[in-house]
Amino acid sequence: MIIQKLHVRDQNVLAWLVVIAAVMAWIGFYNLIEPFANWLVYRLLSLAENSHLGESLAFFFYDVPKILLLLGGMIFLITTLRSFFSPEQTRAWLGGKREGIGNLLAALLGVVTPFCSCSAVPLFIGFVESGIPLGVTFSFLIAAPMINEVALVMLLGLFGWRIAGLYLISGVSIAILAGIIIGRLKLEGQVEDFVWQVTANNTQNASYTPNWAERFKAAWQSTKDIVGKVWPYVLIGIAVGAGIHGYVPESALAEIMGKKAWWSVLAAVALGVPLYSNAAGFLPIASALIEKGASLGTVLAFMMSVVGLSLPEMIILRRVLKPKLIAVFIATLTVGIIITGYLFNIIL
Amino acid sequence: MLTIKILGSGCENCKRLAYLAERAVTHLAVEAKIIKVTEYADMMAYNIMSTPGLVVNEKLVSSGRIPSEAEITTFLTSALETA
Repeated sequence: MIIQKLHVRDQNVLAWLVVIAAVMAWIGFYNLIEPFANWLVYRLLSLAENSHLGESLAFFFYDVPKILLLLGGMIFLITTLRSFFSPEQTRAWLGGKREGIGNLLAALLGVVTPFCSCSAVPLFIGFVESGIPLGVTFSFLIAAPMINEVALVMLLGLFGWRIAGLYLISGVSIAILAGIIIGRLKLEGQVEDFVWQVTANNTQNASYTPNWAERFKAAWQSTKDIVGKVWPYVLIGIAVGAGIHGYVPESALAEIMGKKAWWSVLAAVALGVPLYSNAAGFLPIASALIEKGASLGTVLAFMMSVVGLSLPEMIILRRVLKPKLIAVFIATLTVGIIITGYLFNIIL
Repeated sequence: MLTIKILGSGCENCKRLAYLAERAVTHLAVEAKIIKVTEYADMMAYNIMSTPGLVVNEKLVSSGRIPSEAEITTFLTSALETA
């Protein structure tokens, strides 16, 4: 491709120009969604404004492009930001930090450091071997999968930035507190022995600093990958949500999922912990449920337990954590999520 | 001969890296042995923090990403020069 033949500085300039043009196009399309959806359903298909079908279809044709655009845009932005962070850098920053500050920093870094659950083990070993306390490491391991960009984007798009912000803050808080608790329990003996045998050759360092063109290219690849994987779930989720929105009567769910049903948070978390699907499909359904009377705290608790605790990740972590530590990990996190669910139900 | 190790527990990314490494080796027409390292205890020796990782002649050249075939070729040629 011609881009390789250009000098690096020119590659970067070209990359920036393409991105700026894309952003402007994005803004343009985003603002057209609502008028388009209304035109399509109420003019072209001539459906009545307050009909069940009309409402459902308008919801669908409005939310699908909106969520997909938001998803694409935010993943691109977040991946670009994350290209400035690395696990190696995070480990350096966390070195020598004690309880409290260490947990806070670990949780915040967990949000911004690129993380894939297949890397959970090398990362865990890398942190622990370099002297980072177990509790601090766990704060990172809790925050990283829970505050993932898809969850944040969906919350932002469906519920607004206040709710997304609340999710972020409560996720980070849970990560900090759970990390502190696990640290206090002094469970270092519950880590598989081989981890403590320092065989790492510390001169190995595959450092890589990408230029802007490379950052944007990687961000674009990431966007294609994630949206490519997730769009069917978004479509299905929004379709179900649209059906609920158009056909289920107001407040129908207040009885079983509303604030008055005190057991709803427990039930939601009990259901969410064994599940490990992605946020993309679930959240549009959640937004419709909330509209019909389900309480936000219950839904957020369910969300957190689905993304924050995944069976595949536990299976992977079993290679380095003995069963007792895994049990403590799951228990602390579950309790933290339940408390957050109740808290949200009370204050919102 | 080059010894190439792919560090990773078998997810999509590791497979892709292995595939690209094989292509690079074929196009360069060099003698190389490609080994997949899937045990974490073995990966630790290279100080790797995120998979997939690429090790050429016992030196970690990339971690946490999938370099392009062109980049992999560069790693291989510089390893051949210093061997």
